[in-house]
Amino acid sequence: MTTVVEFSNVSRHYGEVRAVDRVSLEIAEGEFFSMLGPSGSGKTTCLRLIAGFEQLSEGRVIIEGRDATGLPPYKRNVNTVFQDYALFPHMNVLDNIAYGLMVKGVGKKERRSRAEEALAMVALSDYASRKPAQLSGGQRQRIALARALVNRPKVLLLDEPLGALDLKLREQMQSELKSLQRRLGITFIFVTHDQTEALSMSDRVAVFNKGRIEQMDSPRNLYNRPSTAFVAEFVGTANVIGGALSERLSRAGKSFALRPEYVSVNGADTSGDIRMGGTVRDVQYQGANTRYEIELEGGAVINASEANAFHGNDSGPRAGQQVSVSWHSDAMVELQGGASL
Amino acid sequence: MNAAADMNAAPRRSLLGRFSDFLYRRPTFYLLLLLVPPLLWFGAVYIASLLSLLWQSFYTFDDFTMLVSHTLTLANYAQLFQPANFDIIVRTLTMALAVSLFSALIAFPVAYYMARYATGRTKAFFYIAVMLPMWTSYIVKAYAWTLLLAKEGVTSWFIHLLGLDAVLEFLLGIPGIGGNTLSTSNIGRFFVFTYIWLPFMILPIQAALERLPPSLLQASSDLGANPWRTFRHVIFPLAIPGIAAGSIFTFSLTLGDYIVPQLVGPPGLFLGNMVYVQQGAIGNMPMAAAFTLVPIVLIAVYLSIVKRLGAFDAL
Repeated sequence: MTTVVEFSNVSRHYGEVRAVDRVSLEIAEGEFFSMLGPSGSGKTTCLRLIAGFEQLSEGRVIIEGRDATGLPPYKRNVNTVFQDYALFPHMNVLDNIAYGLMVKGVGKKERRSRAEEALAMVALSDYASRKPAQLSGGQRQRIALARALVNRPKVLLLDEPLGALDLKLREQMQSELKSLQRRLGITFIFVTHDQTEALSMSDRVAVFNKGRIEQMDSPRNLYNRPSTAFVAEFVGTANVIGGALSERLSRAGKSFALRPEYVSVNGADTSGDIRMGGTVRDVQYQGANTRYEIELEGGAVINASEANAFHGNDSGPRAGQQVSVSWHSDAMVELQGGASL
Repeated sequence: MNAAADMNAAPRRSLLGRFSDFLYRRPTFYLLLLLVPPLLWFGAVYIASLLSLLWQSFYTFDDFTMLVSHTLTLANYAQLFQPANFDIIVRTLTMALAVSLFSALIAFPVAYYMARYATGRTKAFFYIAVMLPMWTSYIVKAYAWTLLLAKEGVTSWFIHLLGLDAVLEFLLGIPGIGGNTLSTSNIGRFFVFTYIWLPFMILPIQAALERLPPSLLQASSDLGANPWRTFRHVIFPLAIPGIAAGSIFTFSLTLGDYIVPQLVGPPGLFLGNMVYVQQGAIGNMPMAAAFTLVPIVLIAVYLSIVKRLGAFDAL
């Protein structure tokens, strides 16, 4: 696997604020790589550093083995799909797609055939002569994708491209993007704040927090082996066990992540080797699951989530009821950075 | 009985309340109520008086008795094409076009800087700097320029200081635009016109550029366009509606002006002066009315050309 994008100790400062703080990463050719994090975590700034819209303060960005520091966007072999799509309002769809080829001096004939090809790829051939204003959000999104891909970039940067779409359309675009990426073999770098999106599409995910990468791993590892409390809580939901509770479990000074679905209520699952009594404080019906908020003896609060059975007859524990909870000690993942939160 | 029926059954008691209910139920009436007064004003004050003016342009003026008779004739319009009158039209039109073009050239960089680079105090400064000249009477400004541009005025002194006397001599020597001094030459008149109408060009262009999302420029650069190509293919086309709007101001304001041509530049009337002379000095209302039609027609033609060029497509 060759590396297409490499960050070595990259920082971006705005005065006192460190938007990106000593980030190092390597992205392999053909990889679907996601940058996940809350807003202001530095993920978009990293993307813009690759595109060339931002200049770094320290470190080096290497694209295709070449130091890209100081290189303007138009000299980089990467293309971006913008959050607001940024389609040119005065050009029709075909001219929008052919723009990159036009400014690079590709002949009219080739330009047209390649643009039409790209338009067919996103299944919008009938819309060639429309103006962007006449398209729906989902269609604009596809045009933006076609406009970037027609240039056959080594790396495609996607800046929260699905953020403005409604849920159904977003899920459809997710699988389309993924299959497109597999077919074309282009490296996709995908910025999102939606953890489900990142988990379902990516080969690898970097979780950003306060300008730094908290963890960089495969989706499966990220979920099952979160290394910090932040990752455990940002990717999916987690009980972060620390303080008095970990002391009771005779693991004082350490903190652990425990997924709610691994916590069993009233002995539904008997394999757990840790058992405790508690009081249900709140019950939340969520369709596929039911979530219980349980106050354990000794005051700590823990979340448990149980899949709802087919004969859902509302017979589970109710708020105020005494229950016993259990879980397997292996399900507790030790976190770095001691007890927090 | 449902709630809606209940509400229908209990009308409000106060007069105002009942009136408001009535308006709510009759949106068309409500709209008429809002629109009729301004439309009446617009119709009576603008359209009707304009039509009456145009109607008068078909009246006959007796040169001998200096009286207007209500006999309808096309003679006034025929007269517009006599060389002396036609010269006035060409002179005014040329000036209006030149002023619009040159204003756009100067205004664009200023507007571009204001929209894309200036922030906070700098931006406020530029706004005030552009608007400030409009706060003083424009006759005062035009008068001031006659002095500034005069033979021993500030402008020629400054040009002398820069050692550009030869350039000035050369410019004033060009037939058609030159003259004895700047203040009696067409080039001086052109300069004053441009100065006075420039803010009307800067502000619309600035507004158009301000609306341009930064992501469009980034997208262009991202797709491989260098700054010049981005300007040519993205920034400029999207600024054209602003330039068109500004040029409508500069073009029509120059066409109708009669103060600046009196104060600055060589002898020779503009359309506005001619209307003034015909109506005020001679009392030839029909001819004055015919002359009034000229700028209206020219602006209509100008607008249709601008529209055909696609200037409003990006609106």
